[in-house]
Amino acid sequence: MTTAGKLAWGLVLLVTLLHFDLWLWDSTSIVLGFVPLTLAYQVGITIAAAIAWGLVMRFAWPRDVEEWASRESSLRRPAPSASKGRVR
Amino acid sequence: MISLHLTAPALWQPAAEAVSRTPLWVVIAYLLLLIVLGSVSGRFFRGTSSDFFVAERSIGPILLLMSVFGTTMTAFALVGSTGKAWEQGAGVYGLMASASGIVHSLVFFLVGIKLWAIGKRHGYITQIQYFRGRFQSTAIGYLLFPILIALIIPYLLIGVLGAGAAVRGITGGMFPETFAGTLNPATGKMMFAGAVPMWLSGLVVSGVVLYYIFTGGLRSAAWANAFQTTVFMVTGVIAFYLIASRLGGLEEATAKVLENSPRHLTRENIGKLQFITYIFVPLSVGMFPHLFQHWLTAKKATSFKLTTIAHPLFIGIVWVPCILIGIWAAGAQMTPPGNNPNALLPMMVDRLLHDPYLTGLLTAGILAAIMSSLDSQFVCVGTMFTHDIVVQAAGKDRFTDRQLLFMGRAFIVAIVLVTYLMSFFPPPKIFDLAVWCFSGFAGLFPLVFASIYWRRVTKAGAVASILAMVVTWSALFWTGLVRPALAGEPTSEDYLVLGMLPVTVIIAASTAALVLVSLVTSPPPDEHVEQFMVGSARS
Repeated sequence: MTTAGKLAWGLVLLVTLLHFDLWLWDSTSIVLGFVPLTLAYQVGITIAAAIAWGLVMRFAWPRDVEEWASRESSLRRPAPSASKGRVR
Repeated sequence: MISLHLTAPALWQPAAEAVSRTPLWVVIAYLLLLIVLGSVSGRFFRGTSSDFFVAERSIGPILLLMSVFGTTMTAFALVGSTGKAWEQGAGVYGLMASASGIVHSLVFFLVGIKLWAIGKRHGYITQIQYFRGRFQSTAIGYLLFPILIALIIPYLLIGVLGAGAAVRGITGGMFPETFAGTLNPATGKMMFAGAVPMWLSGLVVSGVVLYYIFTGGLRSAAWANAFQTTVFMVTGVIAFYLIASRLGGLEEATAKVLENSPRHLTRENIGKLQFITYIFVPLSVGMFPHLFQHWLTAKKATSFKLTTIAHPLFIGIVWVPCILIGIWAAGAQMTPPGNNPNALLPMMVDRLLHDPYLTGLLTAGILAAIMSSLDSQFVCVGTMFTHDIVVQAAGKDRFTDRQLLFMGRAFIVAIVLVTYLMSFFPPPKIFDLAVWCFSGFAGLFPLVFASIYWRRVTKAGAVASILAMVVTWSALFWTGLVRPALAGEPTSEDYLVLGMLPVTVIIAASTAALVLVSLVTSPPPDEHVEQFMVGSARS
């Protein structure tokens, strides 16, 4: 994994840890005029999570997964699936 | 300044004048639209079982995002979250929504993409096929099947109950000559007089979903999910702004919370350890059989990228309005009929909007969220029954495709009937039942994770993990929900074990059993395991 990929995963871990905002437990503060601070903070975590996942997709994507999935299976056929005939 | 002191009996007396039935007609029109959509998508059905069960693995990134998101958002996300926020405050968002935004995407990336690749390479359609192949055991499938079905039934029940509550909430007084209502045992008075009863709307909603999935299988479900996801997201935002305006505006609505119930701005009602351990609940998506089936529909691995990134944002768009509506109701001192949190959102839509068309549209949005989960779950149980039980036991050539399809549909109808009968004995709260359901699936997460990443996991370890989950979940479910419900005890608080959510104990037990038993039993053959290690150069 590249350095950028590791940093992206580090950001995911950081966002996860910041999710546990125990220091805001009893806050009755309101931001933007109508949003409780306890809610606004967690919405910020949600947005940060999306950004972190975007960076993971960009820098830590498993590039060999498509090629691996396209290889022929060498297993004995597992639970036989229904035939490909018409179903109605 | 708006002050709403509404009580259950006053809300639900038969109206002196005829109540407009327009909201109901709007809902019926929406259901008819879904039937038309189902008929249209059925024309694209390619006539193969592969198309019916996994849409020929042809679903692109946008449709995958919409169908996966629609599947994961249920009555729990709309009806349940609003009611829970009314009870416990704004902290409910952090409990589930925020945690899910992190954990769901984590599971999609670490588990979903890998299972897609394994499913594509080895031709799997169901989870059970995968576990049978991975552990070289037919018996493990027979063990997992009843457990997965048993856990899906509460999930279906949430949907049926949510749909019933939503329609009942807006139809009070519409049919006073036909429907007497429900007796409130606490007050001795009738509630919801004249409203469409839950059993009827649950029946209709189930019937509509059955129609369009029988018509076009998972492809129809994916199309319907995309449409319904759009509907419930848009109507949710509309409801949010309209309800806010009826309460005097965004700032006024929240100011009322600060004035009348400041605890709803905090997490005063939630324990810290409870909050921390809630993060285990979203791991459940790793073992949802219906989500597994959606994963397999992806055209390629990169189709997962958009879902992984956008999923947290979509969760926020749906949950934030619901949480605010819930706490605003507390600030406005509104009480749902019978003090039932499930009835809060429908009540607010009905009583605050004063526009029958909007009321109907927003109720259709609630139904859209519910039905977008029901459809995938229905298809999934039928798929599991035909592939994992019938074909496995009888052999692939024993029955024709038409016969298999008939048996699958019959099984779906049987499960829906069981769920429907259970809806006559409803649990206290949708949110709490959902968390129990998710906790069971989360208890199986160590199994799926280890199967993908740990070469040393054995068949015996897998079985031990499953049994450990069943035992701990059953014991805690009985103690925490069933016994109190049977005894008529109030369940206003989450059931906790040493201050933690029960899912913590369940996952700990299943993980310990998985690891310990695997380490003391013979390892599986290397050459077999390598066939499941995605990215391995040796496979």
